[in-house]
Amino acid sequence: MNTSVNLCGVTLKNPVMTASGTFGSGEEYSEFVDLNRLGAVVTKGVANVPWQGNPTPRVAEVYGGMLNAVGLQNPGIERFCQRDIPFLRQFDTRIIVNVCGKSESDYCEVVQRLAEEPVDMLEINISCPNVKEGGIAFGQDPKAAERITKAVKRVARQPVIMKLSPNVTDITEIAKAAEAGGADALSLINTLTGMKIDIERRSFVLANKTGGMSGPAIHPIAVRMVYQTAKAVSVPIIGMGGIMTAEDAIEMILAGASAVSVGTANFTDPRATEKIIAGIEAYMQTHQVEDIRELVGAVNG
Amino acid sequence: MAQKFEEQAQVRKQMQIADNIFDLTLQTQEIAKHAKAGQFVSLYCKDGARLLPRPISLCGIDQKEGTIRLVYRVAGKGTKEFSGLKEGDTVSVLGPLGNGFSLRNGRAFLIGGGIGIPPMLQLAKECSEKQIILGYRSEPFLLEEFQEQGEVFVATEDGSAGTKGTVLDAIRENGLTADVIYACGPTPMLRALKAFAAERGMECYLSLEERMACGIGACLACVCQTKEKDAHTNVNNRRICKEGPVFDAREVEL
Ligand SMILES: Cc1cc2nc3c(=O)[nH]c(=O)nc-3n(C[C@H](O)[C@H](O)[C@H](O)COP(=O)(O)OP(=O)(O)OC[C@H]3O[C@@H](n4cnc5c(N)ncnc54)[C@H](O)[C@@H]3O)c2cc1C
Ligand SMILES: Cc1cc2nc3c(=O)[nH]c(=O)nc-3n(C[C@H](O)[C@H](O)[C@H](O)COP(=O)(O)O)c2cc1C
Ligand code: FES
Repeated sequence: MNTSVNLCGVTLKNPVMTASGTFGSGEEYSEFVDLNRLGAVVTKGVANVPWQGNPTPRVAEVYGGMLNAVGLQNPGIERFCQRDIPFLRQFDTRIIVNVCGKSESDYCEVVQRLAEEPVDMLEINISCPNVKEGGIAFGQDPKAAERITKAVKRVARQPVIMKLSPNVTDITEIAKAAEAGGADALSLINTLTGMKIDIERRSFVLANKTGGMSGPAIHPIAVRMVYQTAKAVSVPIIGMGGIMTAEDAIEMILAGASAVSVGTANFTDPRATEKIIAGIEAYMQTHQVEDIRELVGAVNG
Repeated sequence: MAQKFEEQAQVRKQMQIADNIFDLTLQTQEIAKHAKAGQFVSLYCKDGARLLPRPISLCGIDQKEGTIRLVYRVAGKGTKEFSGLKEGDTVSVLGPLGNGFSLRNGRAFLIGGGIGIPPMLQLAKECSEKQIILGYRSEPFLLEEFQEQGEVFVATEDGSAGTKGTVLDAIRENGLTADVIYACGPTPMLRALKAFAAERGMECYLSLEERMACGIGACLACVCQTKEKDAHTNVNNRRICKEGPVFDAREVEL
């Protein structure tokens, strides 16, 4: 039985990775999860300089999901390279660094700094709804998406995954633009912009008023978007959004994802990633699937 | 690094001890053995629509029995679910989490406000030279158990028991003095204690609260602002679930 997948030349032992921002750089979760089991660890977004993030409260629970407005707090690329990369190097897993920025030059500075570092892939977040500048602005306009992809590709030494926002009318337009810009792969979806109001206090629950929605409630939207995007582009897709179980992950793969990321599920169960991997293996066994790649985009009709 | 455990804990007993306040004892495998006063656990809901763990402080730790005691207020749907737990039921628990209190030398004030009172009980059992000051809205709970541990001063908002007003009013009214403060309670109370401690040159350790998602330091949901740049985050933010919930009042901005 083969569970390994190849993403633009990088082999992952299985298609399950962590979703950026929900797993730090793996250190905290390594008490519960054997990181060697994971296809890859995708790290929290990192910028050229440290970011303070948003005021608290930064998270709120909603029915079947959650909102977050962490605001990409991060220690900056220098600290990240000194501490987080050496930590992850101890494990037999792929390292995918998620990059955020406020301007094209911010992104490129981080990507350049990572050129000589032992990381396997870069995931460029052009879809964060929680910061005022940059971020999502690059992910909502096809021209801007193509431009930033080209700029990053010019300086990148590792394969580049562009991470797309669902907060658009037609995600396939942005996907095609990123592909035209030279993206090696696409990640989708980032969170959907939401809001929660405390009716007793008549105030917003999040200090930022709005936050990105994630969790099982967004899963059907993510499956639909992965399906549409897989039909529109030829680069591999990493599917995410509300994957809580192996069944959810397989659904995403059948829709067209070559790999999947697990995010909010880590909060509900710190061992979610390992359980999902075991569940995918069990599914393959019962359904006599010899190679996980048979399942990619294999939904009938 | 302190070890954390994810367990299916069994309910030993649960009872209601005041209006909306429940007292839950859980049998654990490892958590109790490794826990200390001021730490907390994450409790997970059974209802799959409620994804995030509920952080609840340890009110009691019985290392011999392997049990932990949680005293909590029903504040919403998750705590409502927990209040229905019966003897023999299981609940998923992660812990012990956070740093807990570290006892310093000197005479101490142990101060609890509202639902911040329960975690002070375990500390009261471990701290020798102390005065206990508890602030309630109205109806006191856990009072007798605190009285078994030492001298207790009560403040109530409505004046139905003890000093009418806040814990600081009770301290002033009774002319109390000490070297160190340990406190847990609502932010306005903690803010007032921080100012009070600074004024009197006392050491002061405060247990803070914030909305959490992971509970173990990975997601950066639960930060508080710090005066100095934090070693982990490299910005003026520190994780309450990991480096906290107890902080030296001088280090944090409230
Ligand atoms: C370190 C720490 C220790 C705590 N110890 C205790 C304790 O010993 N006893 C006790 O009664 N309460 C304690 N709390 C508060 C307790 O976590 C909340 O009352 C509880 O999470 C409410 O959950 P709910 O589902 O009933 O409410 P809901 O309002 O339905 O909860 C919705 C979401 O908001 C979160 N939330 C709501 N209120 C709070 C809050 N005050 N703090 C943090 N998250 C919140 C919930 O965890 C959940 O994710 C503590 C909080 C923290 C951070
Ligand atoms: C607390 C939190 C922080 C996040 N931080 C980032 C981030 O730094 N960069 C990023 O590209 N996506 C970030 N995301 C989005 C997730 O990676 C993922 O795309 C989204 O949550 C959907 O997956 P899920 O439903 O499995 O969580 C974050 C999500 C959450 C819940
Ligand atoms: S709750 Fe995730 S870092 Fe504290």
